[in-house]
Amino acid sequence: MTPMVSVKDLAVEFGRGAQRVRAVRGVSFDIAPGEALGLVGESGSGKSTLGRALIQLISASGGSVQFEGQELMGLDPSSMRRLRRHMQMVFQDPSLNPRQRVGDMLSEVLSTHRLHMGASRAARIDELLLMVGLKPEHARRYAHEFSGGQKQRLGIARALAAEPRFIVADEPLSALDMSIQAQIVNLLIDLRQRLGLTLLFISHDLDVVQYLCERVVVLYLGRVMEIAPTEALFDAPAHPYTQALLAAAPIPDPAQPAPQVQLQGDPPSPLNPPSGCVFRSRCPHAIAACAEQVPPLVPMAQTGRLVACLRHHEWS
Amino acid sequence: MADWAGALRTLAARRVVLLALVVLAVMLLLTALGQWVFAHDPMAMKVSQRLRAPSWSHWSGTDELGRDITSRIFYGARYSLGIGAATALLAVVFGTLLGLLAGFFRRLDAVLMRLVDAMMAFPDILLGIALVSILGASPVNVVLALTIVYTPRVARVVRASTLVIRELPYVEAARAVGVSTPRLLAVHILPNLMSPILVQLSFIFAYALLAEAGLSFLGVGVGAEIPTWGTMVAASAQYADRAVWTLFFPGMAIVLTALSLQVLGDGVRDLLDPRLKGAT
Amino acid sequence: MNQSQPRLQVRDLHTRLLQASGALPLVRGVSFDLYDGQTLALVGESGSGKSLTALTLMRLLARNARWQCTGQALLRDEAGQTHDLLSISSQDMRQLRGNRVAMIFQEPMTCLNPVLPVGEQIAESVRLHRGLDRRAARAQALRALEQVEIPAASQRLDEYPHQLSGGMRQRVMIAMAMVCEPQVLIADEPTTALDVTIQAQILQLMSRLQQQTGMSMLFITHNLGVVAHHAERVAVMYAGQVVEQAGVAELFAQPAHPYTQGLLACLPGRARQLAKQTGRAVPLQDISGQAPAMHALGPGCSFAPRCRASLPVCTAESPPWRAEGSHRRLCHLGEQP
Repeated sequence: MTPMVSVKDLAVEFGRGAQRVRAVRGVSFDIAPGEALGLVGESGSGKSTLGRALIQLISASGGSVQFEGQELMGLDPSSMRRLRRHMQMVFQDPSLNPRQRVGDMLSEVLSTHRLHMGASRAARIDELLLMVGLKPEHARRYAHEFSGGQKQRLGIARALAAEPRFIVADEPLSALDMSIQAQIVNLLIDLRQRLGLTLLFISHDLDVVQYLCERVVVLYLGRVMEIAPTEALFDAPAHPYTQALLAAAPIPDPAQPAPQVQLQGDPPSPLNPPSGCVFRSRCPHAIAACAEQVPPLVPMAQTGRLVACLRHHEWS
Repeated sequence: MADWAGALRTLAARRVVLLALVVLAVMLLLTALGQWVFAHDPMAMKVSQRLRAPSWSHWSGTDELGRDITSRIFYGARYSLGIGAATALLAVVFGTLLGLLAGFFRRLDAVLMRLVDAMMAFPDILLGIALVSILGASPVNVVLALTIVYTPRVARVVRASTLVIRELPYVEAARAVGVSTPRLLAVHILPNLMSPILVQLSFIFAYALLAEAGLSFLGVGVGAEIPTWGTMVAASAQYADRAVWTLFFPGMAIVLTALSLQVLGDGVRDLLDPRLKGAT
Repeated sequence: MNQSQPRLQVRDLHTRLLQASGALPLVRGVSFDLYDGQTLALVGESGSGKSLTALTLMRLLARNARWQCTGQALLRDEAGQTHDLLSISSQDMRQLRGNRVAMIFQEPMTCLNPVLPVGEQIAESVRLHRGLDRRAARAQALRALEQVEIPAASQRLDEYPHQLSGGMRQRVMIAMAMVCEPQVLIADEPTTALDVTIQAQILQLMSRLQQQTGMSMLFITHNLGVVAHHAERVAVMYAGQVVEQAGVAELFAQPAHPYTQGLLACLPGRARQLAKQTGRAVPLQDISGQAPAMHALGPGCSFAPRCRASLPVCTAESPPWRAEGSHRRLCHLGEQP
């Protein structure tokens, strides 16, 4: 089955000379149609940059991104604009123009992609609002009249307006309270089922990723550490970084083990990443060989799992 | 944001701003209705009545040619306010265009900002003097000169705001949707520049007023025949010692109007401060 | 554990914001005790009033607004004397602040002066409260930095906040708070802005410091995972009130207030855990609606509009306290639902 999105060796760089940051390096993965893929990492991992580069919101400096077989890198602007319709983004900060009425904002998306150009426009806007749990009369309001959770719903409505097949959600829950997060998670699940959306869910919240996604990509300092189906990843993480990450995450149940500190110190600066394996400076299992080569992302004995660690055989 | 009534109410909540609004409103009203309100013809010269102190028949006294100062002030207001308003509008339009393009398109930025820097190299009055000397004294030339002087100021402010807004999440989101660049500028960026633009409008009106007065005082303004407040002050210079009202009243008109405009500008800026707006 | 007298007793704390339209109650009758060597977690979502509670106790409410605070906050010092933090003079409060009662905040970057070296900022506190000279204060600051496990501490003394990472800045802030060995530490979301792996380090550090010094801690957070492993007691806040208070194990095992129950059911981590235990898929529950606007609170229970089990009495009358041992809740519902 052809993947919907296929990323090969993607690299994104910023800055010049001494200030050159390689935010994303050598990242490869596929997203199958209808799949929810989680992308986790801490700050500096490059996950947000990756999400934006994927839909060409920022330019990548190398590698390839294919959407339904069509190469996106270097594509001419008008073809890109046509494809944009199918790849939308939901942002962390429910980003709404404070001077635009909500209904006009949705209308703008429809106009940009020439959808519902005539009489059906108003009905479609109502439909979109209802789909995300809001009411048609909300179309007349301005952004500041809504609560945080409602604004995020509007952000989702905006993404859905173009009738995309693929949505990148960049930390859509981080700015919300717990009870509202749960509302939005349920909304996303519901929408995925109804509309058959493919989702790339970027988050630092492991619990939500575990609940929502079928497969997970773990990123550290711009490189992929591990890719695995959710259950397998959380039950038996193969990469030392994933192990440390999961061990440190506090479980909301005092009966369960307390979080463990496996990693000391701070992550290295993206300006000056370690040679070879970027994780080796904090890895409890690092050996000399780890500094000499970048560990390739190799499949493990079980299918579907990929890990980038020279020593993974020893504990998988 | 179409809540003008509410906006006006908030604006007027501060007493100083309310005062400024009242002063400006009265000024505009009397300027427009001047010929029916004031008994005297502003251009009528009556040499027998020259340099009379303020009295019941001449509230601000008369000038060196016997003309009633009060009616002249409100007649001259048309020119002074007109020049001020025209300058402010033109400076804002050109400045916004420059600032918006410079702020949004990195490649244009360097070029446009050098242009702006060149314009800013001259102190206002000096540039005004130079231009009017070359082009001749007339209201149009004064407006032209002052527009050139004040456009850079607006351009800088607009550029700074554009740089900020350009990076805001909702602009990024609009790009993600696929919105075209012209629309991005017109619908997403420009409306959000309204606050600094309106504030600049008010301030430049005030500066232009003062600058015109200065230029006219120096003799390189609109030309002595046209009764702006500046020319009135200029003409009164030699009589100021014995007929101080010839200087005082036009001067007060300048001061009050400029001050009111600046206070109004402050008020508008506070009104449009996004922190004061919006959601619980 | 010797349950001696509480170190800090907060009784019926009310904080009202005075506006032109009247007094807006934001903290409504909060009471709790802090004991030496123990941590009380104050949990709530945004708008619950948890941060305001802390700021009220520290008398650090925003100065560009007018406030009305009532209630008592009785701090027992080493000599056994009690001081009511809310009624002592500003001068006396200033002597206690940073000295006997310290606070750390969520965003260290905004709490550290960018133009002063961090050593300077730590030393300032000691100079002020202990009257030490520059050299002694600097030595004390160095010790404080070492205590918070900052690598190359002597070098860091002269560095500026922007030269440090987020985790390190938080350690500096902890050092500043701890340098005078306070009896009570109030931590307002100290790890919310940090990565998970750094958060684990900081929490471990704070536990260790607490064990070493025996200080009591008021830990404000919205992260129930952190609460589960770094507090002995929990107080859940909603709309300015404490709605449930219990020992940590009890709260998670048998949450008694519908809001607490709702919150726990909202956690994907718990949903997954329950699914594992019971073998069935557990859908993620949410709490419909949103927190009430504080100026529009009715006479009854503030949670009633969103409560699945609300009765007519819940909207009519304000709920009473019900207690089972040390586990208490503010609710009309009689038995544990």
